Amino acid sequence: MIQVIDYKAGNLTSVVKALHFLGAETHVTQSPADVRNATKIVLPGVGHFRATQLLHDLQLTEATREAIARGVPFLGICVGLQWLYQGSTEAESTDGLCHFGGACDRFPATYEGELLKSPHVGWNSLEDIRPDSRLLRNIAPGSFVYYTHSWRAPVSADTAATTTYGGSFTAAVERNNVMGVQFHPEKSGPTGLQILRNFVEL
Amino acid sequence: MLTKRVIACLDVRAGRVVKGIQFLDIIDAGDPAELAHRHAAAGADEIVLLDITATHEGRGTLIDTVKRTAAQLFIPFTVGGGIRTAHDAEAVFHAGADKVSINSAAIARPDLIGEIGASFGAQAVIVAIDARRNPDAADPIAEAEVYVSGGRKPTARRVVDWAREAEHRGAGEILLTSMDADGTRAGFDCDLIARVSAAVQIPVIASGGAGNAQHFVEVFSTAPNGGKADAALAASIFHFGITDSWALKRDLKIAGIPVRL
Repeated sequence: MIQVIDYKAGNLTSVVKALHFLGAETHVTQSPADVRNATKIVLPGVGHFRATQLLHDLQLTEATREAIARGVPFLGICVGLQWLYQGSTEAESTDGLCHFGGACDRFPATYEGELLKSPHVGWNSLEDIRPDSRLLRNIAPGSFVYYTHSWRAPVSADTAATTTYGGSFTAAVERNNVMGVQFHPEKSGPTGLQILRNFVEL
Repeated sequence: MLTKRVIACLDVRAGRVVKGIQFLDIIDAGDPAELAHRHAAAGADEIVLLDITATHEGRGTLIDTVKRTAAQLFIPFTVGGGIRTAHDAEAVFHAGADKVSINSAAIARPDLIGEIGASFGAQAVIVAIDARRNPDAADPIAEAEVYVSGGRKPTARRVVDWAREAEHRGAGEILLTSMDADGTRAGFDCDLIARVSAAVQIPVIASGGAGNAQHFVEVFSTAPNGGKADAALAASIFHFGITDSWALKRDLKIAGIPVRL
């Protein structure tokens, strides 16, 4: 059973639909007890970082921290990945989980002298896939995934794959049981379903 | 590298995909859910479903159609046509859409853009603009006019100004249809699209006039005569098997356009 955290941030239905398609059982929850006792957690999300304030307000932050410490596999999607960092300039007063170092920042208006459109919308390729990534097992470098976002996480030692748009940013992050993807696997065709399947089968 | 998107559009009336030929006969092109899946398997990067009747009576049918279409569709899915309130948008999102496209209702009440964005994020709001060049003006593109109500009513608003305002109000993308090119299969209006694309910082989806692969090459091109579009939409060329997206995108790749293959 995968506990899917509902914090009113958009793409929950699509994520649940994709997980069901893969044969996974899900339970949509806002309960700290469910999260604390979970065997697997997905944190979806699309839209504004301030939506994650509800995670603190519902006492889900501490519950998530406890579950993660027990080794429970956790997958954050889009804003759900960003929440794993210290925070985002999109909502300065809302802290992230601080599991990974660094904060999320907006794409610059220009890059190397060229105007850079924002949001970054569309299919872009996964590069620098870390060979030890369990989430990205069987995903070929250069595979395309679907993005729609204006903020992104910095590249660090925990980065499991990068994508290039206005420089390199973290497409996927993974350290032991804690994983996140900036793209939308539930909207990334067969590649996205394979990534979700990898998580389901952990 | 970020690729250029090829978007398949389904015009839906009373729960069926339809296509007008030379604006006269409406012919039945099939079931929306079935066609959406066929397009996804054939390499379309996104699906747009437009309810072209958009009557109040048809609302229930649309929601049911959106549900059925979204059920096993794992690529981005946009729904438009007759969305007048944030409440209408919410129903469509709950039925499984990732984005909504709003047109006449955004012109009538521009606050709608921000209202939908506040609940579902800017990325979920596409402002569709139906544009007609102003042939009497010294600069027919700068003076191009926005039309509403399915292209029937001029608004006296300039296309470029409205695109900028939509961006400032929080639109995530612009879907720009050239009424002059629409239905001709003679190519996109690259000059118009390039002008709007340069005026805004958000992605612009080109629509109207797609007939062959070369037209897509032109609309995606960043050369001085190119359309500088981020995505391009077509309907009829796909429905009857004239080409599919994989074949189209192979041609685009050969022409140097970055695409998802």
